[in-house]
Amino acid sequence: MSEAANAEYLMSTHQPTINARTAPVSPALPPLRIGNFTLTSRLVVGTGKYRDYATMQAAIEASGADCVTVAVRRERLVDAEGRSILDFLPLERLTILPNTAGCFTADDAVRVSRLGREILEQLGNPGAGWVKLEVLGDRTTLLPDPVGTLEACKELVKDGFTVLCYSSDDPIIAARLRDAGAASVMPAGSPIGSGRGIANPAAIRMVIDRLKLAEQGGSAEYPVIVDAGVGTASDIVHAMELGADGVLLNTGIAHAQDPVRMAHAMRLALDAGWHTARAGRIPRKLYANASSPWEGVITHIPGE
Amino acid sequence: MRIELNGQHKELDGPATVAQLLLTLGLERAPCAVEVNAQLVRKALHPTHALAEGDRVEVVTLVGGG
Repeated sequence: MSEAANAEYLMSTHQPTINARTAPVSPALPPLRIGNFTLTSRLVVGTGKYRDYATMQAAIEASGADCVTVAVRRERLVDAEGRSILDFLPLERLTILPNTAGCFTADDAVRVSRLGREILEQLGNPGAGWVKLEVLGDRTTLLPDPVGTLEACKELVKDGFTVLCYSSDDPIIAARLRDAGAASVMPAGSPIGSGRGIANPAAIRMVIDRLKLAEQGGSAEYPVIVDAGVGTASDIVHAMELGADGVLLNTGIAHAQDPVRMAHAMRLALDAGWHTARAGRIPRKLYANASSPWEGVITHIPGE
Repeated sequence: MRIELNGQHKELDGPATVAQLLLTLGLERAPCAVEVNAQLVRKALHPTHALAEGDRVEVVTLVGGG
């Protein structure tokens, strides 16, 4: 699809053209719906790798996210300090999204999903109903194992989970995961923690088209979230310009020199990308097109 | 009775339920989930689920992650 056609599709399927006379300076984005879940913010942030819990708290606040991811790990039975991340998250306003990070088989991902659900049920958090499914191929790339992911997705859907599938940027497996009942497919921009942004924009675009375009068997309402690889705010703009419904990231904020400021920037980038995608960008041209009129110039123009 | 707890051998003084194990560990009120031999034991069943010799027990919680 051409850029112009893409812009037309984004505008037609998501919201009407903004009325210049009545619109607020920055109109609010519509909520993100994933299965039975509704998020106010389209930015989902991780809680790992922060230098301390205070920085994490401030960064989550600055990001505007109302959903954060967490991991399931062994209780550190010998740790005297005994501080839990749960003491530092405003659980009353956040939906916790447990992940299956560290799982390399479908069986382990199902086990970990159930353990996460058990804890969130005890906490009374709505996140008990869903999971960010990761079944990874190896420790070096942390790229998804598509076969294991599909297998685990089927099992978890059967078990009543709303499944958000971390996936590679391949439209074919993306459609398979959607068909298996995934509530959202989350293609990787680039490997987890790599900060390389959208390594293959054409592939991400094909995933989005495959899942969202009616002519490819998709639905405009189906949520596609770009997950992993975001290194800086422009990566988020890029993902949103490609038509993503949201972005999930962790390291890009947590390991920035100033995580709180970066979280703020990421929030703004998401808004910028959302609106850019629907504003209809100009076509790219090889040569210039003057912004000031030629008519009335008093100068000598070379070649004329 | 010997069990494997979070990958480490642990000696228990006689028979114990999951709930009793958590009490011993000081985790009876902590938000955590328990697996015995790779099967989730839901909290409601902690008081009645008896541990057996050689059981592999995992006690997990939530940590920061992406």
